[in-house]
Amino acid sequence: MSTRQFGAPVQRREDPRLVTGNGRYLDDLGHTAYECAFLRSPHAHARIVDIDIADAFEVDGVVAIYLHEDLPGAVGEPLPLLIPHPALIAPRTGYCLAKDEVNHVGEAVVMVVARDRYVAEDAVARIQVEWSPLPAVVGLERAREAAHLVHEEAAGNISAHLLQSVGDVDAALASAPHRLTLDLSIERSACMPMEGKGVYARWDAQDEKLRIYSSTQTSTGVRAAVAAKLGLPLAKVECIAPDIGGGFGAKIMHPWPEEVLIPWAARLLGHDVKWTEDRREHFISSSHERGQLQQVEVGFDDEGRILALDVKFWHDNGSYTPYGIIVPIITSTQLLGPYKPRSYRVEFWSMYTNTVLVTPYRGAGRPQGCFAMERTMDAIAAQLGIDRAEVRSRNFILPQEMPYDHGLMFQDGRPLKYDSGDFPASLAKLKALVGWDDFAAYREQAAAEGRRVGLGIGCYVEGTGVGPYEGGHIQVETNGRVNVATGLTTQGQGHQTILAQIVADELGVPLDDVHVTTGDTRRMAYAVGTFASRGAVMSGNAVALAARVVRAKALRIAAEALEVSADDLDIADGIISVKGAPDTRIALSTVAVLSNPLRYAFDESAKAATQFAGTFDPDKPPIADDEEPGLEGQDFYSPTQATFANGMHAAIVETDPVTAEITILRYCVIHDCGMMVNPMIVEGQVHGGVAQGVGGALYERMFYDESGQLMNASFMDFLIPYASEVPHVETDHLETPSPLNPLGIKGAGEAGTIPVTAVIASAIEDAEGFPIRSMPINPSELWALRREHSQASATKESAP
Amino acid sequence: MTEETYAIAVTVNGVVYHRSVPGRRLLSDFLRHDLELTGTHVGCEHGVCGACTVLVDGEPMRSCLMFAVSAPGHEITTVEGLGNTPEAMNPVQQAFIECHGLQCGFCTPGFLTTITAYLRDHPDPTSAEAREAISGNLCRCTGYQNIVKAVLRAAEIAREAPAAASTSGGASA
Repeated sequence: MSTRQFGAPVQRREDPRLVTGNGRYLDDLGHTAYECAFLRSPHAHARIVDIDIADAFEVDGVVAIYLHEDLPGAVGEPLPLLIPHPALIAPRTGYCLAKDEVNHVGEAVVMVVARDRYVAEDAVARIQVEWSPLPAVVGLERAREAAHLVHEEAAGNISAHLLQSVGDVDAALASAPHRLTLDLSIERSACMPMEGKGVYARWDAQDEKLRIYSSTQTSTGVRAAVAAKLGLPLAKVECIAPDIGGGFGAKIMHPWPEEVLIPWAARLLGHDVKWTEDRREHFISSSHERGQLQQVEVGFDDEGRILALDVKFWHDNGSYTPYGIIVPIITSTQLLGPYKPRSYRVEFWSMYTNTVLVTPYRGAGRPQGCFAMERTMDAIAAQLGIDRAEVRSRNFILPQEMPYDHGLMFQDGRPLKYDSGDFPASLAKLKALVGWDDFAAYREQAAAEGRRVGLGIGCYVEGTGVGPYEGGHIQVETNGRVNVATGLTTQGQGHQTILAQIVADELGVPLDDVHVTTGDTRRMAYAVGTFASRGAVMSGNAVALAARVVRAKALRIAAEALEVSADDLDIADGIISVKGAPDTRIALSTVAVLSNPLRYAFDESAKAATQFAGTFDPDKPPIADDEEPGLEGQDFYSPTQATFANGMHAAIVETDPVTAEITILRYCVIHDCGMMVNPMIVEGQVHGGVAQGVGGALYERMFYDESGQLMNASFMDFLIPYASEVPHVETDHLETPSPLNPLGIKGAGEAGTIPVTAVIASAIEDAEGFPIRSMPINPSELWALRREHSQASATKESAP
Repeated sequence: MTEETYAIAVTVNGVVYHRSVPGRRLLSDFLRHDLELTGTHVGCEHGVCGACTVLVDGEPMRSCLMFAVSAPGHEITTVEGLGNTPEAMNPVQQAFIECHGLQCGFCTPGFLTTITAYLRDHPDPTSAEAREAISGNLCRCTGYQNIVKAVLRAAEIAREAPAAASTSGGASA
């Protein structure tokens, strides 16, 4: 009897390699490749008047220097607009190397190829560029004023404008017993994977074939984009995502300029070429996210039920929009969380600024939406004097209302329709975990000790596992080894483990026999990528379906060999046997031999499949008409819509009465991602997500000065939390299966991050007694807020 | 103009390597690209993240803040020197696997070297001490919780089976 792997906290298959220094990340490859460095714009907005590279060529070891004018055909044309949308009225994408003007500090202008990176950087330092600076548009306020434009063709600095509404918001607002307005803001942060981007390309002149290694979240996307840019047949381009040191969204954007330029140069030079992004480059030339200004108007009844929710927000999309408007669309739809306002209107403007472009970062617009919704919930509770958890529960969508259609269009162009979830049960678990009802006593006790504490809460729903599809290919070798391939890529989520668990169960083989490959277009050419917490949902179900195909084929072959009906057979531990007669059996490895009729025996096991090896029916062909040789098969999983995971977080914070230092004392998470393939890995995803959320709530922000210089573009100044800043996370899980997919799973990857900013704001507000409307917040900001509020109340008291 | 180079002999994981390097060559680049010991990773190039931490005479040191030409005369230990095969892992490496102490694995070698040195001097830390011990290294994936757990578990493994010190011989390359 084999143990079921699905649901077990199996140790990760990838770890022995990674802890012994045997991982292979991008910069671990290609030690003999030429290396690149880029001259990047020092200006946020400028025209390029002249570039003089003569001096740079004098550096010993320089191989080539390229400007925009050197880029032929499609390589010199604008980079693709990956996700067009009718509301994106003024899309703009950059070039691989800037053409005539630059729109943010860090934009690539000149590419140097050299013997090594040191030499390439020496050469970059000797390039002379004459600039004609233009006024820089920095921050959403300046963008809205539109005194200056980022792009002449984008009037008012607006790239996109979208309005969605359900119900008559104006009428509902007008007749609502209570109304509140909130002005909110949330600042920029960024993914900041420990490994930046990187590209390594090998051109094989004999085969006229290009191999690209990229630290990407989509190897199929990079392959297709590079083939198109270089005019190569797809069959002559392969792309491999090696071990990847974290992604969190920045690496789903593609093709980055370097992903086109490095392969182009490798082919041109007939030599391997590599570029490894350094940390400063990652800050100023990858992507950021989060920055929004929001206005909420809400109308509600005496019970705190929302009758009308009217949201306007302005989203900073940076200098270009290659990834479309996915982030603000997600904010506008996922803002609703577990709640059902009677009417809803959301309108957003996506704005250009002369800053690094904005593409999804873990949570992808949801943390902003959650912040708006949860601040609103707390404001309603405060207005009515009702418990904050109670207000939330009165607005919940109930389990019996599932599936629940909000009447809006989601980020995949499909209806925003929740499939599952039990929000009252999640809230009950959260209140029990954090001790919600006992907090008042704890607060009193703390106050008696001169301490100030607050309790915060935040709820979210996350659409995960969006399509269009992922695939699985499974092949059983004649020694019993099971090779599994899926096309999406891995950045530490443990896909090699969880996909092996799923296949081991479905196919009836030992876990150790299953070997998973991800993100290699040689093994699976059809794939979309890793984003939207879709790895387990999409590829998990795809490999399960593929395993069922292979299992059925194995049973057909075994049935013939054993002369029984396939219905009477079962597979366990790699052995196919007759139910109730376990001695009538055949190994899956033997079935693999039989599946491939041979003329030549290359080893002992192969002899069994050769033409003189046994009896056969001379009237039948060796391979039946509807069969193919080999014990292998593939299938694809393509859902009609996203599946919706959800969760609720609570935190207890302490704020120092004197210094305003903010300490998280406890952090509690209830998480519902449907059936968990591997609870150990799910927990790990939650822990890491919360840590990134804590960074975004209390420490991380992109500090641009007025001229568009990023003043904190290093780990010295951009404060990623260390272990000393991250709280211990207490977790509990609810498993409401998704009815939408065979395995009943929902995504888990981004969940931990989404509500943290909202939760910490809620807790600080509870500790301090005045509203928190802007995040992140640091002690000096909190201290300033205290002074503002104490002055305001002093003025109020002294007024007649 | 050709860059001046210096002939150096550096002992890494018990092996003496003879190479010729420019004076500005960082120890991290020397290890990774000249010796092809790519287990040591570089995350920030300015000494903040700790991914490139190696042991210099047993003490944790950021190899991105040290020149290769400063390395002769010192014993360098990289993650490969802690245990380079799944069969020969040290207690910290084992504990990271058991406790799910890594996700993408990029920062992990820096944690492993740091913790190995820490546990040598503090074989029985509390949870709070373990957290403090790792608070000079950045990890973007795990939220540190399972790394703290791994520190405690590694101490336990080391106590259960006092490891036969896995020192390599004095080979030369």
